[in-house]
Amino acid sequence: MAINELSDAVLIRKYIQGEESALGILIERHQSKIYGFIYSKIKDKDLCDDVFQDTFIKVIKTLKSNSYNEEGKFVPWVMRIAHNLVIDHFRKSKKIRFQRDTDEYSVFSLLSDSSLNAENQIILDQIELDLSIIIEEIPQDQREVLVMRMHQDLSFKEIADLTGVSINTALGRMRYAIINLRKIIAKNNIVLTN
Amino acid sequence: MAKLYSQKKLASQKMLPKKETISFLLHYSKALSIIKAGKFSFEFIAN
Repeated sequence: MAINELSDAVLIRKYIQGEESALGILIERHQSKIYGFIYSKIKDKDLCDDVFQDTFIKVIKTLKSNSYNEEGKFVPWVMRIAHNLVIDHFRKSKKIRFQRDTDEYSVFSLLSDSSLNAENQIILDQIELDLSIIIEEIPQDQREVLVMRMHQDLSFKEIADLTGVSINTALGRMRYAIINLRKIIAKNNIVLTN
Repeated sequence: MAKLYSQKKLASQKMLPKKETISFLLHYSKALSIIKAGKFSFEFIAN
């Protein structure tokens, strides 16, 4: 008898004994029924292929590990595996929140471009230029602390060590630097906002 | 002329998985071997 005329049970036995071609015949014989079953639940061909593949991976593992004991009921058994995997798929996809664009809600409201537009960039450049001019007006010891803190991002401890003064002195110089900056800004009616 | 409503629909195409999927499964099956040792089972995939 030709191998493709053998019953499912015989093919399974042959496959377990190591005849790999038996699996090909089993898949070819039942692929349409099993794939159609999966497609009836998941109307997406790519996902169906994934579930079909996972189904037969389980079948292969079960057969190869000699754990199969449902002789003569091959198709219902495979269908049950496929059914469980379809349920798993829906459980997983339920967990992933899906948000559609509506009139009230746009997905773009969640996305923003943090980079400045050309106008704001020009304003920012102007502010930085103004500020660098103003900083030149305050006393040297205050300017030194301000630049170390704001531009070089040093801690007051590090500033104190570098300038050879106590932390309190460094803090005081920083305070006076800001007070003096504010005075200059107010006196010259400078606007430093973006 | 009267319309024919009894005309047969075209037979729906059989739903089949991709050839690549079948090919993958056959290759996977050939590469896989499972060895049981007591309570444990070990899977080997031959390259």
